[in-house]
Amino acid sequence: MPTKIEKDDVTGQQTTGHEWDGVKELNTPMPTWWIYTFYATIVWAIGYAVVYPSVPWFTGHTKGTSGYVAREDVTRQIAEARGAQAQWRDQIAKASLEDIAKNPDLMAFAVAGGKAAFADNCAPCHGSGGAGAKGYPNLNDDDWIWGGKLADIMTTLRHGIRDQDTKTRVSEMPRFGADGMLPRAQIDDVAEYVLSLGNRSTNAAAAERGKPLYTDNCVACHGDKGQGNAELGAPKLNDQIWLYGGDKTSIVHSIYFARAGVMPAWTGRLDEVTLKQLTLYVHSLGGGK
Amino acid sequence: MAPLDVTSMSPSETRTQARYEAAADEMPPLYRNRVKVYPKAVMGRFRLAKWTVLTLCLSAYYLAPWLRWDRGPGQPDQALLIDMSARRAYFFWIEIWPQEVYYLTGLLILGAVGLFLATSLFGRVWCGYTCPQTVWTDLFMWVERLIEGDRNARIKLDRQPWSVDKAWRKTLKHGLWVLIALATGGAWAMYFNDAPTLVRDLLRFQATSSQVFFIGLFTFTTYLLAGWAREQVCTFMCPWPRFQAAMLDKHSLVVTYESWRGEPRGKHRKAEDAARLGDCVDCGQCHQVCPTGIDIRDGLQLECIGCALCIDACNGVMKKVGLPPNLISYDTTANIAARAAGAKPVYHFVRPRTIVYAALLAVVALAMLLGLGLRATVEINVLRDRNPLYVTLSDGSIRNGYTIKILNKAREERVFALALNGLDGASMQVVGQENAAGAPKLSVRPDQVGTFRVFLRAPRDATAEESHPITFALTEQGSGETARHGSTFVRPGR
Repeated sequence: MPTKIEKDDVTGQQTTGHEWDGVKELNTPMPTWWIYTFYATIVWAIGYAVVYPSVPWFTGHTKGTSGYVAREDVTRQIAEARGAQAQWRDQIAKASLEDIAKNPDLMAFAVAGGKAAFADNCAPCHGSGGAGAKGYPNLNDDDWIWGGKLADIMTTLRHGIRDQDTKTRVSEMPRFGADGMLPRAQIDDVAEYVLSLGNRSTNAAAAERGKPLYTDNCVACHGDKGQGNAELGAPKLNDQIWLYGGDKTSIVHSIYFARAGVMPAWTGRLDEVTLKQLTLYVHSLGGGK
Repeated sequence: MAPLDVTSMSPSETRTQARYEAAADEMPPLYRNRVKVYPKAVMGRFRLAKWTVLTLCLSAYYLAPWLRWDRGPGQPDQALLIDMSARRAYFFWIEIWPQEVYYLTGLLILGAVGLFLATSLFGRVWCGYTCPQTVWTDLFMWVERLIEGDRNARIKLDRQPWSVDKAWRKTLKHGLWVLIALATGGAWAMYFNDAPTLVRDLLRFQATSSQVFFIGLFTFTTYLLAGWAREQVCTFMCPWPRFQAAMLDKHSLVVTYESWRGEPRGKHRKAEDAARLGDCVDCGQCHQVCPTGIDIRDGLQLECIGCALCIDACNGVMKKVGLPPNLISYDTTANIAARAAGAKPVYHFVRPRTIVYAALLAVVALAMLLGLGLRATVEINVLRDRNPLYVTLSDGSIRNGYTIKILNKAREERVFALALNGLDGASMQVVGQENAAGAPKLSVRPDQVGTFRVFLRAPRDATAEESHPITFALTEQGSGETARHGSTFVRPGR
């Protein structure tokens, strides 16, 4: 048997015997303590596995001798954070919405909390930035169906719209077409007149025919100039914001079948402080009155 | 599995197989016990230079946190301070915000290029004289020598069985090492905390757990690296020796053995030996004083940290035996070849490599100085709302929202006028200042970031393109200092 250890010709150093396409690995021994450090990490890992929860099993996992549970850590941290917020939340509970808005530090806290609550509860319909979607109002703009003052927003939040809540905001637009109140041709004329309120009509004759129909059927809620009525939740018809679309087809559809969006009441689901924070946040988005 | 059919193998396969079998039988060890180095004390020019550098470096390190610098009431009065909790770094008159951490990048580049330049000129002077690993190891070795004696005494002490004498010497040595390490770790923490306060808190056992942790960490690493690991840090842990060869060329001064003069080495016992042998008397002093335990006569090698102690040792011997000095010296490989051939040595300090390094160094240093000199005391950042991108208002006009952050780096409260450029017919409104007349005035507290919500409102047809570039301009009311930040005004497509 050959017993001679191979040496590299250039350096005279031993090789490890490993060779790849003629390239040989020189043996540069590591200090022995290095491998003991490696063994120490293995011992540490075993100790760690014994002390902490680690090994998965069909019914769960080993609990570890320390009894550490990560979820308890989180619960404790949340409780600590709540505790740190307590003084701010107390102030919000006591102060009126207007007074909170006047206190920059308190307002900053309220808006930050409102933003988080909004993302959890409101974003599914109104969007994460409150920009809304068709049928779900944009909360950034200056058009408010049920009023955009702090108190109005708070009421809407508390009792919802067309909800089971006894104090909920309710109004009902008649289904002019579906219930046979107006023939289809007249609905077209009213729609043309509605367009003319925002100076968007393209058929003056039709708009003219629609005017008396509008006066008879719509003015009571939407106003003679289409200015709307927040008391009744009747939207403005003379502006550029259309919850269900502002083209003629959409308007005809709205008159024929009526619209009745709903929003849940949040009293009981969210505490009073959170409702105040949400109100201030929504108001601060830029459209608050 | 069937046994290998050796007869069906090609000759080369047979050879490979044989080699594997040989390797399996005679596997060389992959780990080797460290051979402890017992460097001998030495005197000379370079040892003196090393003591001087050591004293200067350590004094600077331990004392710098105690330098005071008055910044006015409510501000830290420590000249050098990195305040992590307040996110500020103080360097005498300079105050660095987290946004300006690129100055640190600049310092690191300066350090790296400076290291390249020094290495290409004088070899590993950084490693040999100023590297903290070298400096603290040197200090620890000095303590060791004080207590356990010089090389031979230390070897003897380590070999003899445990005795009272050995026990107290070892205990005292490690005790002193830990004390030095503690001072080192403590000084480190002082760069991140007010030094007098930290010392007072430590003495009253009121220091925070993180302070104690970091002092402990750096105490431990100092003790471990300077006391135990020593040259292994340079050979196994430090990346620099692996690629420093890339900075060296044949004109770089390196600690080197003039083999043309020294060889063949041998003890000069008889008079005729001087003629037969080279100047190297093979006394082994160069090897015995080496802090990494290598023989410089083997040539330039990875383990050599360029501390030049072997030059001191060899020159001492040369003087004693009456031979000319500098058998080991700072010399270039080109000059060694020249001297061996009997030619005059020539030094090329100005070479393309050193010119490039020096130029890089100058450019980076100049850029940093310029940056520091022209450093603004106000900065503006504009974050435009992305959700929603724009809002259509009931009159059909378009509103965009922006969050403006103003960094007031001055130490007094300042008021900035905000102006909008690049969008005619737009109105600007700062949330909270709805009723204010004229250009919005934004007030920011001293040394703070002020955050403001701003709404821009413009008719739907105010801009030709869907995304229109705009600029927010700030003007400080007192000094007239300005800062600008670009953004966009977005409207829906038609």
